[in-house]
Amino acid sequence: MKFGVVVFPGSNCDFDAYHVLGSVLKQDTVFLWHKDHDLRGCDCVILPGGFSYGDYLRSGAIARFSPLMREVAEFAERGGLVMGICNGFQILLEMGLLPGAMLRNKRLKFLCQFVHLRLEKEETPFTRLGRRGQVLRIPIAHYEGNYYAPVETLEELERGGQVVFRYCDPEGRLSTEANVNGALNSIAGIINRRGNVMGLMPHPERASEAVMGSQDGRLIFDSLVKSLR
Amino acid sequence: MKIRILVSFKDSVLDPQGQTVMNALHTLGYGFVKNARQGKVFELEVEGLSREQAETAIPELADRVLANPIIEKFSWQVLET
Repeated sequence: MKFGVVVFPGSNCDFDAYHVLGSVLKQDTVFLWHKDHDLRGCDCVILPGGFSYGDYLRSGAIARFSPLMREVAEFAERGGLVMGICNGFQILLEMGLLPGAMLRNKRLKFLCQFVHLRLEKEETPFTRLGRRGQVLRIPIAHYEGNYYAPVETLEELERGGQVVFRYCDPEGRLSTEANVNGALNSIAGIINRRGNVMGLMPHPERASEAVMGSQDGRLIFDSLVKSLR
Repeated sequence: MKIRILVSFKDSVLDPQGQTVMNALHTLGYGFVKNARQGKVFELEVEGLSREQAETAIPELADRVLANPIIEKFSWQVLET
């Protein structure tokens, strides 16, 4: 089982993801340079957070054209597991591997804080160790995480049970206040219909050790390890 | 040929930056401003492209790269031939 963390110019959570997978979970983990054309036999590809290409044009809009992304798209097409965190989620949206787009946060603020997330779907390779309704405490750090999709797309996502995480209060209740960035339907993370590509705005790699103030992010990485075993 | 492309949010998408700009204008006394939308401008210098080819190529590249059709719309014009 091998994890690959894609590195773009401007990625800044690549080492965090590498650290959690490699040092905390003791998994075989490699960096994948965005200009390469080889996934090096990885079983799971992580698109990390950061500001790929300085967020020029739109978040994730240029990274999508990186050479390696063709391999990533084919890998996803074959059913390979791909997870996009924050900027990685934005890249997946720009690539069209996940539906929708990101708008600037309501109130136009960069938000860097812990949030609560309600797990909506446990039947995924990314969340299989959780249970529906469970509340996770994981930080966010973004300016454009206000999830948007046209009404029909949104209805399709909800009908298909593709919403994996929603922003909530500590008790798991949804509210306007808990929906810090203004995302439609409080959406914090979604998965594709096939169930092998997930994107989420919060940073589980920043909440996977006690010293970081929360280990709730481990649920996602541990689930992945179990899925690939 | 020089081409200008304007990209802005679709009318159905909230544009808080545009609203903030409008509020600032109101604060300064320009109360006649009833709406403000903010967008991006691209100016492309192109070569070896006929006007007819541009009619196909420019909307294509605007749709694929410059704008995200889920949230944005675009318009374009030829500035110089």
